[in-house]
Amino acid sequence: MVETLPQVTALLPALVLAATGLALLLVDTISPDARSNTSMAVVSAVGALASLSVTVWFVASGTGSVDTGGAITLFADAIKVDTMGLFFTAIFASVTALVVVAAHDYFHDHDNPAAFYSLTLFAATGMALLAVANSLAVVFVALEMVSLPSYVLVAYLKQNRGSVEAGLKYFLVGALSSAIFLFGISLVYAATGSLILADIASASIEGLAGVLGVGVVMMIGGVAFKTASVPFHFWAPEAYEGAPAPVSAFLSSASKAAGFVVAFRVFTEAFPLGMAVSANVNWMLAFAILAAVTMTLGNFAAAVQEEVKRMLAYSSIGHAGYALIGVAALTLDGPANGTVMGAAMAHLLVYGFMNTGAFLFVAMAERWGVGRTFADYAGLWRRAPVASVAMAVFMFSLAGLPPFAGFFSKYFLFQAAIDNGFLWLAALGAVNSVVSLYYYSRVVKALFLDDPETPSALDAVDVRPTALYAAVVFAAVATMLLLPGFGPVIETAEAAASALF
Amino acid sequence: MLLEALMAVAFVGALTVFLAPNEWAGRLAFAISLIPFVGSLFLWSGFEAGGNALLGGEVAYATQIEWLEVGGRSVSWFVGLDGISLPLFVLTTFLVPLAILSAWTPVDTRQSQFYGLMLFMEANLLGVFAALDFFLWFVFWEAVLVPMYFLIGIWGGPRRKYAAIKFFVYTNAASLLMFIGFMSLVFALGDSVSSFALPEIAQAVAAGDLGSWFGVAPDTVAMFAFVAMFLGFAVKVPIVPFHTWLPDAHVQAPTPASVLLAGVLLKMGTYALLRFNFTMLPEQASMLAVPIAAIAVVSVIYGAMLALAQKDLKRIVAYSSVSSMGYVILGLIAFTEYGVGGATFQMVAHGLISGLMFMAVGVIYNTTHTRMVGDMAGMADRMPVTVGILVAGAFGYMGLPLMAGFAGEFFIFVGSLSAPALPYAPVFTALAMFGIVIVAGYLLSAMQSTLFGPFELETDYEVGPAAFHDVAPLAVLLVAIIVLGVAPDIFFEMIRDAAVPVVEGVTING
Repeated sequence: MVETLPQVTALLPALVLAATGLALLLVDTISPDARSNTSMAVVSAVGALASLSVTVWFVASGTGSVDTGGAITLFADAIKVDTMGLFFTAIFASVTALVVVAAHDYFHDHDNPAAFYSLTLFAATGMALLAVANSLAVVFVALEMVSLPSYVLVAYLKQNRGSVEAGLKYFLVGALSSAIFLFGISLVYAATGSLILADIASASIEGLAGVLGVGVVMMIGGVAFKTASVPFHFWAPEAYEGAPAPVSAFLSSASKAAGFVVAFRVFTEAFPLGMAVSANVNWMLAFAILAAVTMTLGNFAAAVQEEVKRMLAYSSIGHAGYALIGVAALTLDGPANGTVMGAAMAHLLVYGFMNTGAFLFVAMAERWGVGRTFADYAGLWRRAPVASVAMAVFMFSLAGLPPFAGFFSKYFLFQAAIDNGFLWLAALGAVNSVVSLYYYSRVVKALFLDDPETPSALDAVDVRPTALYAAVVFAAVATMLLLPGFGPVIETAEAAASALF
Repeated sequence: MLLEALMAVAFVGALTVFLAPNEWAGRLAFAISLIPFVGSLFLWSGFEAGGNALLGGEVAYATQIEWLEVGGRSVSWFVGLDGISLPLFVLTTFLVPLAILSAWTPVDTRQSQFYGLMLFMEANLLGVFAALDFFLWFVFWEAVLVPMYFLIGIWGGPRRKYAAIKFFVYTNAASLLMFIGFMSLVFALGDSVSSFALPEIAQAVAAGDLGSWFGVAPDTVAMFAFVAMFLGFAVKVPIVPFHTWLPDAHVQAPTPASVLLAGVLLKMGTYALLRFNFTMLPEQASMLAVPIAAIAVVSVIYGAMLALAQKDLKRIVAYSSVSSMGYVILGLIAFTEYGVGGATFQMVAHGLISGLMFMAVGVIYNTTHTRMVGDMAGMADRMPVTVGILVAGAFGYMGLPLMAGFAGEFFIFVGSLSAPALPYAPVFTALAMFGIVIVAGYLLSAMQSTLFGPFELETDYEVGPAAFHDVAPLAVLLVAIIVLGVAPDIFFEMIRDAAVPVVEGVTING
């Protein structure tokens, strides 16, 4: 089972992340004196960026794409590197880079930051592995590799009650979901006798359709947990609110995208549309209902929040609802199946920048200690004009206003859904976007138009966390540049998704 | 690439000014804004286009670069000018430097941000008038809202937050409605269009390629698209009863923002109505001719009546915009060479005149700190030059011959009197003409009580002549108004050239 070297290099993006994490751990263990917050952050950022560069290079050179000989399979088909996996790896690596850079300032007075960076990189490794998993066993292992570091990261501020409480809630719900997901996998295995996705699809399920159906439903539950979709969303607002803000950014952008890559790949490859329809395990319908309920609930709950971080948490649930359209709006022989899933992938990429940026702005506000509610953000732009402009870009982009990248990604998603006959889902999404404009613009209003309640309220804003600033501004620039550069993104995503059908 | 260069100058200039120190941001912004103006004059002098850009005409300075593809239809960076867009393009580059100049006195905080936003808005406004691809156009269209929201919300009057949010919510909701309307049109065209380029869509609709969509008949889709787009643009214009955001926005906005709001932003609405509703769906327009003409006349009369009832000079000017925009709608629905051409001409004329009026009121307010008609009297003694120009501008508003406003209104009335598509055209025209009487009434009475007679305002500060850089833009605008009034042909020929194909469209279909 020895693979030739050139083929194993297809795993390079994940390997670079893993090696960086291990290197951090090694330094931390061998030479505790040599570790400083700055050097740790620099090493992690370099590792994440190296992984990103390799991924982008792979995508650009066509590694694993249909044009150049198709997906590269490794380890007896357990791993399958294709454009879709690389596309998602690019999202994970970008978000990881932003988060570790921002964490440098967030954990400036923390006595042991090394663990934070290595855990983040291990979680990112798990995500990168998840993106190329071709066997349910690898899916589960990789999923746990994402989840376990995440539990620790949420509870990382161990002196902070909120952080610890959030970590515990996340852990309990997460463990339950893992169990459900694993049980679902075992039922699928029982019905089909295989864990490799393509073999599951071709297996004979005579008389076992019921078992398979229950298995699929349980797996949907696991995915719903990871993507913070209804009905497994309860942990999300609590965890995002209690967690250190860079971790919230990481979870709500990267970890969520990791959940979607499972949904996109596993359901289309293991239970292809034809088989799903004939075996009465119509997961598209389940996802359609989930998408509709998730986006509506997330957006309406976000509209009534008084704390910015909590609002972002609920809006993140709303965005999970939009991305779910990528699997919900599929139909047997639908003309736009590839387009709709590709549009969802492109939305997740854009979302990776704008949502991470928004949470990192919250991290900056926490660093300043200005408070958490909308009112506490009043007039912040007097003291931090550049960061406030960046935050306005994130908010308008998340709301889907035209000058920003979020407009195109949402538009393409809804348009593809309509092309596939899901007018009602697109219409619901559009209505939700209108609702979302209300609460996103509240942040902009607070930052730019409102005056602080007391003149001294902004005195705390005297520090200039350079790295945090850099991360926020970079995310804003990326959100802007994704609009003119949307062509290659959507084409790559559509090509990657079309390869699945 | 000339159009791109001018937009890029405004955009890069915005970034530069944003980073410049407050002390010389105003001067820097003014200097930068002269570049697009000179550039647009160059475009004008070398302008060679024929016909309407959307109806098979030749487009000047066109660039078309593939951008991305959505659902089998391509989106491209597609810009160009024809006889309808060039005058508005020049109007924008002309008004922005003057508006910046008029900001030097009143804007005394965060100057670099203020002027940066002004230039950013200019870049997007130029994009709106130059874009010939729906997506590109929509991106610019919505991007205009953002700087205006901040200009009103930060530098505005006491109720600025309310006005800014109301402006944003109103126009944004309208944009969504318009977007849905246009998209239903594109979807109903199905595979007969391969891009979002406006000329391709307009020609496909004209060729009768409209199919049914989700079981809805083509005629119904077209009618729905027309109504949705019309309502969407009506808010921007604004037409009664969608005008309520306008007085709030205008009164609270700082003077330079008011100038651009009235001078250019309102034209976006009428320009879009002409481009989308009346050019693409002339048949639906002629079916709805009577209600649209009625709305236009109501806007004229009701706007004028509202202005009559105001005590605040700025509100008076703001409401008279509602009235003037009513004329433009009347000219468009007339569907004659002079009606459509006159409406376009009136957009430019009103841009100049309302810009002048808002600036003049702003200059008076800077000196007296009041805009209330009852508080002021005899301003003519203290600031004769400003008042003289204000009076001249008001005469332009009333449609005095040899001024731009007269030419625009005259063309519109000539066009609408003999409108083939509009039943009872003479009645509508006569009613709209009556609006001029009311305009003259309220402008004259407002000026009588504020400008003439003995000076009465009791202040502890000196009320005297305004600074040179305050009066200079007023004088420049007045000269432009007179030039355009004496020689309307400098624009009207090219406008007519682009308007005639629109008019021919309705005779073919209707």
